[in-house]
Amino acid sequence: MNIRMSARLRNRLLVVPAVLGLALTGACSNSSGKGGNAASGAPTLSAECAKYQPYAGHAGTKVTMFASILSPESDSLERSWAEFSSCTGIKISYEGSNDFESQLPVRVSGGNVPDFAIIPQPGLLAQMVKTGKVAKPPAQTVSNENQWNPVWKTYGSVNGTFYAAPMSANMKSLVWYSPKAFKQAGYEVPKTWADLMALSDKIAKAGANGSKPWCGGIGSGTATGWPATDWLEEVVLGSQGGDVYDQWVSHKVKFSDPQITQAMQTVAGWMQNPAWVNGGIGDVKSIATTTFQDAGAPILTGKCWMLQQASFYEAQWPKGTKIASDGDIFAFPLPAVSPSVANPVEGGGEFLAAFSDRPEVQAVQNYLSTSDWASSRVKVATGWVSANQGVDKSLYTDPIDQLSANALTNPAATFRFDGSDLMPAAVGAGQEWKSLTAWFAEGKSIQQVASDIDGAWPQ
Amino acid sequence: MPFTGAQLAGSALADSSWNDAVIKLGNSFGAIAGFLGILLVIFFVAGRATGRLGRPLAIAVFLGPAVLLLLVGLVAPLVRTIYLSFFSDDSSRFLGGKNYGWALTNDSIHQVLLNTLLWLVVAPLAATGLGLTLALLVDRMKGQAVYKSLIFMPMAISLVGASIIWKFVYDSRESSQSQIGLLSQTAIWLGWKHPPNWILSHPLNNFLLMAVMVWVQTGFAMVVLSAAIKAIPDEVTEAARLDGARGLRLFWYVTVPMIRTTLVVVLTTVMIVTLKAFDIVRTMTGGNFGTQVLANEMYSQSFVQFNVGRGSALAVILFLAVLPLVGYNIVQLRKERATR
Repeated sequence: MNIRMSARLRNRLLVVPAVLGLALTGACSNSSGKGGNAASGAPTLSAECAKYQPYAGHAGTKVTMFASILSPESDSLERSWAEFSSCTGIKISYEGSNDFESQLPVRVSGGNVPDFAIIPQPGLLAQMVKTGKVAKPPAQTVSNENQWNPVWKTYGSVNGTFYAAPMSANMKSLVWYSPKAFKQAGYEVPKTWADLMALSDKIAKAGANGSKPWCGGIGSGTATGWPATDWLEEVVLGSQGGDVYDQWVSHKVKFSDPQITQAMQTVAGWMQNPAWVNGGIGDVKSIATTTFQDAGAPILTGKCWMLQQASFYEAQWPKGTKIASDGDIFAFPLPAVSPSVANPVEGGGEFLAAFSDRPEVQAVQNYLSTSDWASSRVKVATGWVSANQGVDKSLYTDPIDQLSANALTNPAATFRFDGSDLMPAAVGAGQEWKSLTAWFAEGKSIQQVASDIDGAWPQ
Repeated sequence: MPFTGAQLAGSALADSSWNDAVIKLGNSFGAIAGFLGILLVIFFVAGRATGRLGRPLAIAVFLGPAVLLLLVGLVAPLVRTIYLSFFSDDSSRFLGGKNYGWALTNDSIHQVLLNTLLWLVVAPLAATGLGLTLALLVDRMKGQAVYKSLIFMPMAISLVGASIIWKFVYDSRESSQSQIGLLSQTAIWLGWKHPPNWILSHPLNNFLLMAVMVWVQTGFAMVVLSAAIKAIPDEVTEAARLDGARGLRLFWYVTVPMIRTTLVVVLTTVMIVTLKAFDIVRTMTGGNFGTQVLANEMYSQSFVQFNVGRGSALAVILFLAVLPLVGYNIVQLRKERATR
């Protein structure tokens, strides 16, 4: 209790000077919008609460929020809006569930609707919008979106109408490696795909202690197969660019299209190359049975050298592992397959959808779409990144967070959202997982895999 | 705000979006099984009550809530599921038998159906057969209580727990010293240099998963059958011996007929538990590598992929598949009651 209290206090002290300036601009722009809905009778907030003036006037109200984020991450979320809550008097009652994805549709159609849901898949958002119960966001939330790369707005939109503001972002296109081992062996971090392939070949030929360049695992219980969808998505994006990627995700370009089967060929030459995988674990097939959590461990024992996995993989390294550019473990961005694609970044994110337009709900919606709130969350704990341009990057204390934030906010980046999360669930959370798993586990042909997935697309 | 029964019924009639919640109930085989259990209890109670009171009022009082509960909790979801199985996934378009057509023509569903059938035949037969063999063997041993307790013990472990334990046994990572599973270690010790990746080897992996079920169920079969064997009067065995029956002949013509009813009850009970293969498949392979069974596919279609129509069609198929089993069990139980 004491530790938490003091942390919260310290947090408050830190937040005040840093955010005061930003809050003023926020307050100015807010006066034009209907958004915060500071009713004329709203009390004037003073001292450290002054910056929440635009959200005042709703004391004693409560909003409910439902999401898949569990403790300890959810504790960080609650701490990030603790000051907002105590200053405005709006209580945010948060509930996290492991079964969020299957629970939310049931709760929404069953009449037990939360005020907010944090939705990590645009596909699920579209499904929720279809029920007609998602409220359109206030003008202020919409204008706060200008701080994000425009592509994010499309991922929070359904049929061209904007519904949900992005809250967080994560970067998937990372390669984990050991800077120490690289230095010892005299290897350089590759900057291009050709370099990466040449390095892999070099490591495979050196083959010290039977070590191999890559390790991988796509096991994830009933979601087994998802890491393989990331590999394919990254290669499609990195070789064909954003336009083909968008058409592929919407099935205008089929899996059996030569542009995609060619990308699958590239994946096969990389993660299904018997000379390159599966360092310290087994043969190519062992990728199918190794959980993604376990996959990277052999890097620490020198059995393999690299693992392609998202930024959130940072949490998987054992306690005491030094994660830094000169440490035991670090990551570099996966280079583009084709030099014509600039900085491809595949990523994911979470979106805040509201199921109510009560004034206090709108106030919370507005606040959570600001860079003030994003900064306040960044300061609470590491392992969380926003692609909001308004967040001061020096606030990130963790090198992986920093790396991800830089890549995600880079105006030159070709950012695209995780494709399997955009495809209909029957494909992106069903047949694609199944078929790519069979591709690794049973060595099914690319043509077979592609036509199986195409066949699952809803007509 | 908690639902009241009236609200529940009201919204069932009024709100078309009630669908999802109903499917959830309807598709969940556990709920159906649970209600079947409740049904049995209610019939028992109501049967006794009517026997004593024999008045319409009593019938209404005792049966009313039960019937209501059944209508809301069992019949409505069932009807709803059947209805939804003829519609598209957002229940907007009538598709006729298209969802069933999909289920019956899709290759991966064929495999799912085949796996389910395999589970329902092989696992119960193996568990019952093994249980019977052990019952016959252990019966002649000293300290049989100890053996029986040991063999019965897995029954106390949840299926998920058992699956996790056996996952370690089947683990086939090639290197990293001690991480290799017991099965591979044994194979190597026996001289098989490169044992396969067990979990990946189809169709072998289906039988490896079934072994978990057999491991759990054998103890139950053994204990029940052993009691039945004990109940055979000594005079009967004695008479058969005098007539010259020995060994297998004695077993086949005397023991088996004497314990036939128990054997059938054990077999069907194990079969019903086998439908819970859901837990094992979900925990050990997640349905991958050709091990998917119907209950898991139904869950995946309905709640992971949101293919509500297809999921409902699978639920109906599973329901139809289970029906003869339940019917057979009821007939057997009646026969047993009649012979008493």
